[in-house]
Parts: sequence; structure tokens; C-alpha cells
Amino acid sequence: MMTIYPLLTATSSAGTSPAGKGTIWLPEQASTAAERGDVLFYFIYYLSAFFFLLVVGLTVAFVLKYRRRRGQPVTVTPIEGSRRLEIAWSVVPAAILVGIFFWSFSDYITLSVPPAGALEVRVLAQKWSWSFDYPKHGIVGATELVVPQGRPVKLTMSAAEVIHSFYVPAFRIKKDVLPNRYTVTWFEATKLGSYDIFCTEYCGSGHSQMHALVKVVSTADFEQWAQTGGGPPDGKKLFVAKACATCHSVTTDRMGLPGPPLAGRFGQTETLSDGATLTIDDNYVRESIVAPMAKVVKGYTPVMPTFAGLLTDPQINALIDYIKTLK
Amino acid sequence: MTTAGSTTSASGAAPAPVGPPSAAAAAPPSYLAAQRGILSWLFTLDHKRIGVMYLVSVLTFFFIGGLLAVVLRLELMTAKGDLLSADVYNKLFTLHGAIMIFVFIIPSIPASLGNILLPLMIGAKDVAFPRLNLLSYWIYLVGSIFLLYSILAGAMDTGWTFYTPYSTQTGTAVISATLGVFILGFSSILTGLNFIVTIHKLRAPGLTWMRLPLFLWATYATAIIQVLATPVLAITLLLLVAERVLGIGIFDPAMGGDPVLYQHFFWFYSHPAVYIMILPAFGIISEIISVHSRKPIFGYRAIAFSSLAIALLSFLVWGHHMFVSGQSELAGMLFSFLTFTVAVPTAIKVFSWVATLYKGSIQLTTAMLYALVFLFTFTIGGLTGLFLGSLTTDIHLHDTYFVVAHFHYVMMGGTVVAFLGGLHHWWPKFTGRMFSERWGRLGAALVFIGFNGTFFPQFILGAQGMPRRYHSYNLVAPDQLPLFELLHRLSSLGSHVLTIAFLIMAGYLLHSLFLGQRAPANPWGGATLEWQTASPPPTQNFVDDPVCSHGPYDFSDDPPATSAAAG
Repeated sequence: MMTIYPLLTATSSAGTSPAGKGTIWLPEQASTAAERGDVLFYFIYYLSAFFFLLVVGLTVAFVLKYRRRRGQPVTVTPIEGSRRLEIAWSVVPAAILVGIFFWSFSDYITLSVPPAGALEVRVLAQKWSWSFDYPKHGIVGATELVVPQGRPVKLTMSAAEVIHSFYVPAFRIKKDVLPNRYTVTWFEATKLGSYDIFCTEYCGSGHSQMHALVKVVSTADFEQWAQTGGGPPDGKKLFVAKACATCHSVTTDRMGLPGPPLAGRFGQTETLSDGATLTIDDNYVRESIVAPMAKVVKGYTPVMPTFAGLLTDPQINALIDYIKTLK
Repeated sequence: MTTAGSTTSASGAAPAPVGPPSAAAAAPPSYLAAQRGILSWLFTLDHKRIGVMYLVSVLTFFFIGGLLAVVLRLELMTAKGDLLSADVYNKLFTLHGAIMIFVFIIPSIPASLGNILLPLMIGAKDVAFPRLNLLSYWIYLVGSIFLLYSILAGAMDTGWTFYTPYSTQTGTAVISATLGVFILGFSSILTGLNFIVTIHKLRAPGLTWMRLPLFLWATYATAIIQVLATPVLAITLLLLVAERVLGIGIFDPAMGGDPVLYQHFFWFYSHPAVYIMILPAFGIISEIISVHSRKPIFGYRAIAFSSLAIALLSFLVWGHHMFVSGQSELAGMLFSFLTFTVAVPTAIKVFSWVATLYKGSIQLTTAMLYALVFLFTFTIGGLTGLFLGSLTTDIHLHDTYFVVAHFHYVMMGGTVVAFLGGLHHWWPKFTGRMFSERWGRLGAALVFIGFNGTFFPQFILGAQGMPRRYHSYNLVAPDQLPLFELLHRLSSLGSHVLTIAFLIMAGYLLHSLFLGQRAPANPWGGATLEWQTASPPPTQNFVDDPVCSHGPYDFSDDPPATSAAAG
């Protein structure tokens, strides 16, 4: 139960600076696009502040000065317009707007063309997780986007079923990820650290949990990470990163989620929707991951998407091993 | 436009209230008292009664949509989704958007205030096609019922935009909802058609185009968009239903369709629709500012023609909703440029309103306060559009709370605030009763505080990277989470102030309806024709056919000419 007015209580992790490492308006700048794009953001910001103060300032001043007062005659100067003034306030804003347009367009061209020699990564989006393939390094299905600092990275993205959108606020990049069509974006990370990846195109129940991290590491660390093939798959991490946790509880309680809870189930007998029974073993778990509609547990709606082709065999094995440990 | 003669008028303080028609004995009953019983409303051909039915309907839907918003804001007070499940949250925000857009804000000003005012303002007895007018209200009701039925059928979770392929794959009640919106479109088209013909054919003698009140110029521009753009939405929604029901691959790539094509079709209607929502609001603001400062509008022609310019340009900017969708860079460039061109006529309007206040005689009535709130909030709404029209800043801000804040500043801070201003401005004319100015001003002040409290923090949230349509935000990096939570809570707090403001408004308006002072024909000293007949007007609007002898903002006669009312 939440308090009626949580505003009065402390926020989740009080003590850190309110705006993190960024300013009050923008998050931390961690890419070349952010450094470049923020200049335009602040230009429009101060320009807007100027025009806002002009409009509101004049409004307030006129209201104070020309307010009708009780007992005084109604004095009005019926000015119907001023051609000179009207031309001025049409032409000046138009000129400024054309200026902003060209500025943003020239930045946009830079942002649209990945530099030659960029590190190529394939991004695959599906309900509700991200995975990353590194074709040159033979890494498939990484759950985090690990990239070297100071080197352009080109992302070629596609989605499994519906539209998603790849967004890294700290890099100021965003691009929709579509089924049956590739979209491309790129960035060059400038600071070590890890940054949020959000999905920004609404995609259903798990939309707000469709999250991953970009990890920016030094070139040496990146090479080492890539050589070890991204490290052995970790079932517990995969369970969260591949969004299994969005629908399945890891306790014995269903917790109101759409899928069956998994703790203590391995090796037990399960009743299926057609009344048949089976024992939950490695093969059943594997089948449930790659062909979830084949044998649905009784009492549950068949809504799970297939993960065929989205998980490698070592990853499926790691997941099965993790499910075995749940008690 | 006629020019005002005298520079001063020594009539004292508030404009002397013009009494009800002097020949009271011969006066016909008001449109409210002419007939009784529910059937006399449902089958009325009187544009004023139809307008009142629209008004009651849109206010009911505004209440429902607002209630949903308050629940959504409660959920967002904590980072974890602990009040509602994700699926329920997704259905609620979809309903909030669909109700607010399709059954509240699109019909709000044109169909309710516009219906009542248009014939009165041009000195006509009714609209050109009264039966068509009633039909469009019935169609509106049927469409609304379909939309509400979708709630019973399990509701839909697609967002009000129904983006494919999600909307063709999700198991929720998309078909009844889209059919509802499809039907509502016809209501909008018929109203638009009726208004265009009425303005062309039924203007009183002497009411030339350059004497047309600016509210009607705005309504005219709106009607053009309604007639031309709405059919595209209907086609799009039919294709969506065809895909879901018949399995014809149009948008879903799994069936060989193109998901981005849907976005093009959808925004080809829905961007002009934004101007269906905001243009009538511009018209109201022109009326209020001029009448309540007793000064001719500054730059009448520029304001009138900028409405037409906006209506035309609104058809050419839809692609700015799709800068990150993967559409070509060339398309992005063209749509960005065209978007900036719309900003110019809009800026002209704002500057003209401010200039109208200069050397006026400003009365801080409730209606005027709403107009001033509009100047504040709409200016923020318009200027933040520059961040979104510019290609690179949009990439960062697209689909974040910055966009949510921007369109609420335009739609609520613009359209709804103007709608409220218009409601207060013409309330005495509609109901024949005055409301408490003191409570009215308090309500306007609380709307101002509550609105900015709710939506200003969302600009910062969005610029910091908070995506929209998120049920929870617990996965945000720990160093940013406290800021996100603080801003979300400020926003929710603002929504509670807004709730109080609307409850106060409901209270004093209901009080006015039954116990308010009788309103004079022309309480604010307006110079347009609707103020020349009784409040509330008789069924035929005017006792004698009115003749227009001066421009809409010529306040040189004091009290204004009352050719009809004197009858």
C-alpha cells in the first residue's frame, strides 16, 4: 500500500544529487551526438525563454497598466493594426525558424550517416527484451550492449513482432525498430560507464520493463570481453534480461503474473490444457521456450511468444539450469 | 472593417448592463422554455438545443477522461507499478487518450459552443441544414456508445493512436473502438459541412466576410479540415479492421504489409485534427480579449487569414510525428521545414492578442482570466514545439514525457483553457443566468496553478529521458531515479489541484444554473450580433431580422446597437 501522499516521504535513494550527473534539463552527455546536439537544445531553450518572457511580460504589464478601474471613464485607443509591426513580427520569427531548421538539418545529416570503420552490432528487439549480436566477434545474443569508448558503433536493428524503439538518453539517440525492415543508427560513446536503454514505442504489457544497459569500456577491456565471447551465459541474468521475469514468478506464488510460477516445479508432474500430464524435465522446458504453444499448462492463457532463434543453445541450457535451482 | 469613431467613451465603470428586451410582454419564450420533456430535446432541430446536448455530452466525457488521468497519475507517484497491473494501466491510458481526443476535444468547441453561436453570430435563425445537424449529434452518440462498449468488451491497450502491427495482434477490443472512432468521424464531417454552408449562405444583411467575428473565421477554417481530413481517418481505420477481420495484409509485416504506412495514413488525419482542436480555441481567445478589453482586435485580417493558412499548412506536416520511424532523411527534412512554417501564422496570432491589450480597458473577468492563462500556457506549448520540430532535438525528445507535456500545454493549456474561457464568456447567453465572478476567478487561478503543476515537471522528465506510456519506471538508473520520482510526484500533486479546481467550477456553475442572477442581453458589452438578442435567445434567435451595421469589434456605440433586441 502506497502512502496517500508519497511526496511527503523520502524518495527511493535520497542523498544523491537530484539530477544525477546531468543538468536539471538534460541527462549526462556520454556521446559525440549529445555534445553536439545539446548546443542546439540550449539555443532553442534560451530563444524560447526570451519570447516567453516577452509575451508574458508585455501581457502582465498591459493588464496592470490598462486595467479598468472603478469610477473612471473607459478610455480606449482603438488601434486596429500596424502594417509595419505586423510585417516585423512575421518576418523576424520566420528568419529565426529557418536558421534553426538549417542548424538541426546539418546535425541530422551527421547523425544519419555512420562513419566508415564503425564497430557493427546487430540489435534484435522483441517483447520485451533487447539482444545484441557482434558478427565480427561471433558473439550472439548478448544481453548488454558492451562497446569501446571513443569508437563509432553502428547498430543495425530489427524487431521480432511489433514496433519497438531504441533509446539511449545519455547518447541522445533514438530509432524505431521495425519487424521485416532494418533501421540503422550509430553513436560514439565518450565516457566510461553504463547507461540506460529504454524502449520508447509502446509494445504491450512489458513495455516499461523493456530495459537493457549500454556498457562503455576501454578498448582493451572490450577486446578481452569480445575474445571470451562475452563470457559464459548466466541463467539468472538471462531470466531478467530476456524478460522471462515479466511473466513468470521465481517463487511458488504466481504473484498475479500471466505465466505459471517456476520455483520447485522442475521434476514435478504438470497437467496440460488438454488434460494430459507430463513430468517437467529438460526437454519440456526447452520446448516451452522455443514452442510455447505446443503444451500449455492448464489454467493459463497461451500468450507466450516463441524464443526460437532468439536464444542460443548455451543460453537455453543456462536458463534450464537456473530454473532447476529455483526452490 | 469599420473604424471606431471616438477614442474615449465616458460611460463610467463596467459597461452598463443592457436590460432584457423592453417590450417584454411581446417577447417569445426562450429556447430553453419553448418546449418541455426529454423528447423535445432528442428530436429538436434547434441548433442551440443540439449545442446544449453536445455541451452536456462533451463535459461528461471530459469528466470521465479526467478521472482516468487522475488514476494514472496516482500510479506514477511511485516508481514501481504497485497500484495497477501493467495491463490495466495500458488500457486506462488508451481510454484516457481515446475519450479525450475523439469524444471530448474534437467536438468540444465546434460542436457545442460553435453550434449554439454560429447562427447567432451571423444573425441567422438556424444552421443551413438543421436535420443534418441533429443527425450528426445522433451519429456522435452512436460512435460514443461503440467506444464505451469497447470498455465492456475488455477495453483496448493500443494507445489512442492504434499503431500497427501491435493493434492487429493484440487480443483486446480494438474493432469496436475503431468502429466507434470511424462512426464519430461522420459526425465531424457533417458538422463541418453544415458550418461551411451556413457561413457562406446565411449571413445577415451587412455582415460581410471582413465583418465576420474571428471565432467564425476559426470555425470556418476548422470545418474545412473536418471535411477534407476526416475521410482519410475513416479509410485508415477500415483498412485496420479489414486486416484484423479478413486477414488482408496491409500494415502487418507478418502478412506482407507495411507498419509505417499506417503511421502515414493515421497522421495524415490526426495532425490536421490537432488544428481541428486548436483553431476554434484561437477564435474564442480573439473574442474574449477584444470584448473584455473593449478594444478592436489588433490585426483582424492577419488573424483571420492566419487561420486559413494554418488549416492549409496543417495538411503538409504529418511526417513530423515520424522523424525516428525510419522514414527517409529527405522526408524528415521536408516535414521539419514545413512544420516550422506553421509556427509563423501561430506567432502572428499570439503577438496580435498581446497588442490588442495595449491601451485597452481591461476587465479581469473570469473569461478574461482564462484568456490570459491561455496566453501563458499556449505560448509555452507553442515554443516547446520548436524543440520537436527541429530534427535532432526531436530525436532525443520523441516519445518521452516532453511530448506528453507539449501536447497537454497545447491541447489542455490551449484548447481546454479557451473552451473554459468561452464557456464563461457565453454562459449568460446560453443559460440566461450569471455565475459568481468571485468563485469563477478562484477556479481560473486554481486551473492555472494545477495545470502548470501537473505538466511543467513533465517537460523536465522528458528531457531527462523518461519515455511515455510507462506503467513503472523502477529500472531507471539509480542516480536519476530520485529526480524522476520527485518530478512525477509534483505532477500528480498538480493533478489534485486541478481536480479541486474542476469541482469548484462544477459547483458554482450548477449553482448559477438554478439560482444565478438573471443575465442581461449583453453583460460584457460585446459588439457581435449574438449580444443583441435576449439571454437566453428565443427559438428563432432574433425577434426582428438583424442587420449588421459595423465590424465585430467596434465598441464605439455605447451601449452597442441593439436593433434586434429593441424590437
